[in-house]
Amino acid sequence: MKRYRPLAILAVLVVSVQLLTHWTGTPYYLTQLTMAAYYSVVIIGLCLLMGYAGQISLGHAGFFAIGGYMSAMLTTHNLLPYQDQGWVVLLDKIGFLVASEDLYGGALLAFEPWVAALVAVILAMVIAFIIGIPILKLKGHYLAMGTLGFGIIVYRVFLASEIFGEADGISEVPGFTLLPGVTVTGSFGARIGNYYIAWGMLIIAMALVLNLINSRVGRALRAIHGAEDAANAMGIDTARYKLKTFVLSAVLAAVAGVFLTHYNGGIGPSEAGVMKSVRYVSIVAVGGMANLWGAMSMGIILNFLSLRGLFGSYDDAVFGAILIIIMLFAPEGILRLNLLSKLKKILGGNRS
Amino acid sequence: MTSELFLQYVFAGLTYGIIYAIVAIGFNIIYNTTGIINFAQGEFVMLGGMIAISLNNFMPMVVAIVLAVMITMVIGALIEIVFIRWLEKPSVLRLIIITIGLSILIREVALHIWGESVRSLPYFVGNEVTSISILGTRISPQVLWVMGVCTVMVLCLSLFFRFTLMGQKMQACAANRTAATLCGINTRNMVTLSFMLSAGIGALAGCVMSPITYTQYDGGTGLAIKGFTVAIMGGLGHSMGAVAAGLLLGLLEAFSVSVLPLAFQDAISISILLVILFVRPHGLFGRKDAAGLKEF
Amino acid sequence: MEKFLKAGPATILALLAVFALILPTGCTKKEKETIKVGAILAVTGGASFLGGPEARTIQMLADELNAQGGVNGHMVELIIKDSGANPEKAISFAKQLIEEDKVFAIIGPSTSGETMKIKNIAEEGKTILLSCAAAQVIVNPVAKYVFKTPQKDSDAVKKIYAAMKDKGITKIAVLAGNTGFGKAGKGQLTKIAPEFGIDVVMAEVYDKKSTDLSAVVAKLMANKEIQAVVNWSIVPAQGILAKNMRQAGWNVPLFQSHGFGNIKYVETGGAAAEGIIFPAGRLLAPELLADGDPQKELLINYKAAYESKYNEPASTFGGHAYDAFKILCRAISQVGADKEKVRDAIENLKGFAGTGGVFNFSPTDHNGLAIDAFAMWIVKDGKFAPYQK
Repeated sequence: MKRYRPLAILAVLVVSVQLLTHWTGTPYYLTQLTMAAYYSVVIIGLCLLMGYAGQISLGHAGFFAIGGYMSAMLTTHNLLPYQDQGWVVLLDKIGFLVASEDLYGGALLAFEPWVAALVAVILAMVIAFIIGIPILKLKGHYLAMGTLGFGIIVYRVFLASEIFGEADGISEVPGFTLLPGVTVTGSFGARIGNYYIAWGMLIIAMALVLNLINSRVGRALRAIHGAEDAANAMGIDTARYKLKTFVLSAVLAAVAGVFLTHYNGGIGPSEAGVMKSVRYVSIVAVGGMANLWGAMSMGIILNFLSLRGLFGSYDDAVFGAILIIIMLFAPEGILRLNLLSKLKKILGGNRS
Repeated sequence: MTSELFLQYVFAGLTYGIIYAIVAIGFNIIYNTTGIINFAQGEFVMLGGMIAISLNNFMPMVVAIVLAVMITMVIGALIEIVFIRWLEKPSVLRLIIITIGLSILIREVALHIWGESVRSLPYFVGNEVTSISILGTRISPQVLWVMGVCTVMVLCLSLFFRFTLMGQKMQACAANRTAATLCGINTRNMVTLSFMLSAGIGALAGCVMSPITYTQYDGGTGLAIKGFTVAIMGGLGHSMGAVAAGLLLGLLEAFSVSVLPLAFQDAISISILLVILFVRPHGLFGRKDAAGLKEF
Repeated sequence: MEKFLKAGPATILALLAVFALILPTGCTKKEKETIKVGAILAVTGGASFLGGPEARTIQMLADELNAQGGVNGHMVELIIKDSGANPEKAISFAKQLIEEDKVFAIIGPSTSGETMKIKNIAEEGKTILLSCAAAQVIVNPVAKYVFKTPQKDSDAVKKIYAAMKDKGITKIAVLAGNTGFGKAGKGQLTKIAPEFGIDVVMAEVYDKKSTDLSAVVAKLMANKEIQAVVNWSIVPAQGILAKNMRQAGWNVPLFQSHGFGNIKYVETGGAAAEGIIFPAGRLLAPELLADGDPQKELLINYKAAYESKYNEPASTFGGHAYDAFKILCRAISQVGADKEKVRDAIENLKGFAGTGGVFNFSPTDHNGLAIDAFAMWIVKDGKFAPYQK
């Protein structure tokens, strides 16, 4: 169980940050920490795909958006005009629908968030599976182009479809009640609870991915990354492993998309854009390709600072500059800098 | 569809297509000598246009364009020297990410220099409403300028690669870098040269198309994606393939307007690209063995 | 395999260090005299043509105000946040401004998509939101704390259709960019058309970054029924469309939205911009207004101040932020620095002349502008001129 020790430390850290903000009277930091945690779930999924399976994806924002948009659409699209039709009655009877009232008194009949979330994630999974089979046969620039193309198509479809709100996106997405009393929502009162939901999800995702890369699958993935032909010759079904990893990372992105959309109360096309995908890839690169912890912490730090508007109008510029500097001087990621590796030795040395 | 309408679509398609082709050729020149895709290629186009527009306030347009192309070439060379030349055996992925970073950085610098407003060079001949009649349809003379300049550029490039010593050195570099080095060719200089060359043709394209498309600080990204699409469709590293694929994509986009909502235009052209990637990953005109050579 | 295990503690330490650096700065300074006004504007990104002039305008106004001793003796501290037109950033900033900076009011966002995302946050945080976005859904249904300053897009559509009716035009084509602005305009155009007996024969949406529209012009041109084209978009497409239409030799009247209200667009459109008809506020040519018109003086002053400070033409977009800022200041000067009272004061503000028109707010109308806020303009000899049939 040694491998779970860092996770336990992380959990302690999560709690202490919350307590710290409580004591210093700065609980508002939790808002951006919550959002950053969800983005980091996407990033660790992508890190698994890029760093361990060696497959680049320039379309991961697409999966995030599929999750977020589908869930948002299903929970806000009013089915009242169709309430007499058979399929709506049937869905209502099974308990898939929920009637509510919007903020301004309008009646609304839409999907239960649980149902919507499941549909959204399953859809992302199916799309990842279907698109993954041909796309993962590609290599190098072709793979980059293929995934980039997928991302652009998703972006275009959301931007052009009336049902997804075109350029405005979807607003007034209701909260997502996971368990009675535990709701993913952005309202000011639910901040602390939501902070723990987000970080709980991040820790679970970390545990899942850490577990995976230490298993047979993880060894196979590293073999694929090192030399795919050799791995093939050894009898590893490389195509299957790559596909599984691709689907898993897509699912992580979609789940994060669902949760963040309910937390934000809405989603817009910028979440599906190419720049967003590039941002995810870059954060993985900055954290160190095959360095899950690096990717996660960079995901938290960079998203946190960016969401707080620290860089102002220079957000993209600062981001581009960090990217270039890291790639020029520390291509293994920022945590592989000498200074930090010394620290790492001090901390990690006594264990191994 | 009347023949008049048909021709209108053809001209619209050729205008898009030749622009895509030029950006794709820029990609190919660098790809051939270095094996990397320079994601900042679209920014060269934007820079060329922007610099020419600024210079045009002080000097005649021809001089402004020539200077803008030269300045952009220097920028291209500097980028290679500062960011790429000294790296020891960089992985392709690392180079891709560096060029993506450069693209973001150049765009943001342009925003802070030129602001968010839209600019353009004046029309080379006539003005915004001038048009000439060809076979019953009317097009702007600037479209002919774009086509003409781009065609001349493609011809000059192929002559350059075929008949000049410098061009042949670059080709040798593309074919086999180690062997080229052994023959006494300074491959590093060839790489710098390829950056200059592709920055130059990008900038020139940016100048001639500016009156039609306008120039804005973030205009490069969209062009880069289209150019990348075309480069892959035509087969990476294959310049004539890029021209053919560019024209094909342009025509396709123009004609897709007649049957489908415009809002889905990009989604359709990218879908076609994906299909090509899946069934013929080395592109429509590329060779299969060549595609297999360069990987991450 | 052990690598990442080793990296774990180091990572955590790095995280801790970052938080340690950030947290202490969170202790906010308390200055009783200063009124904090937040602004969420798309200064960069896809909507920077809106957010840029808006941010520059309120910065100028705040500097002016503070130089004159503030409002009722309160200095105004402006906190401008650049959302880059990303809704997720707007959400984060709105929460930050409300809870952390405890701002008095928020100006912006620039786009309707962002505004709709933070409408509920402003309601919950009981903070006045003065949106600079056009879409009507922002104030319909009315939310207690949410106001908007740009004119109603339905009024712009009605103005256009009235002009068409005068010209005897009944069959039109509608083009719109794929932005929130284009989406809202297209919706209103198709909705209101029957009221004026106008038939929308064709409607197309194009990409906001389109570089050439000659293909779609060819498609529309082939339909001989079309008597006029209405285009609802922003730069650069509104200039490109005009050029492509005229180059193709298609000379039907071209109507544009109030997004055309910037002389720069006429300059970039050049000869092709001649004859474009569009509705817009009176900022475009204030010197033509009659003496004694309530808007005349402030329009001339704003225009002169903006143009001399930033060396670029003033636009109606910057005017939206001007109105938001001035409305807020007027309300504060009337009732003092109390959020609830100021909200009530804005809601009851009548006859307030701004750049967009004369505002008359009421509990059911949080926009406050009537159709006469628009005038119809035509481009003549590279300048804006009042349109007469």
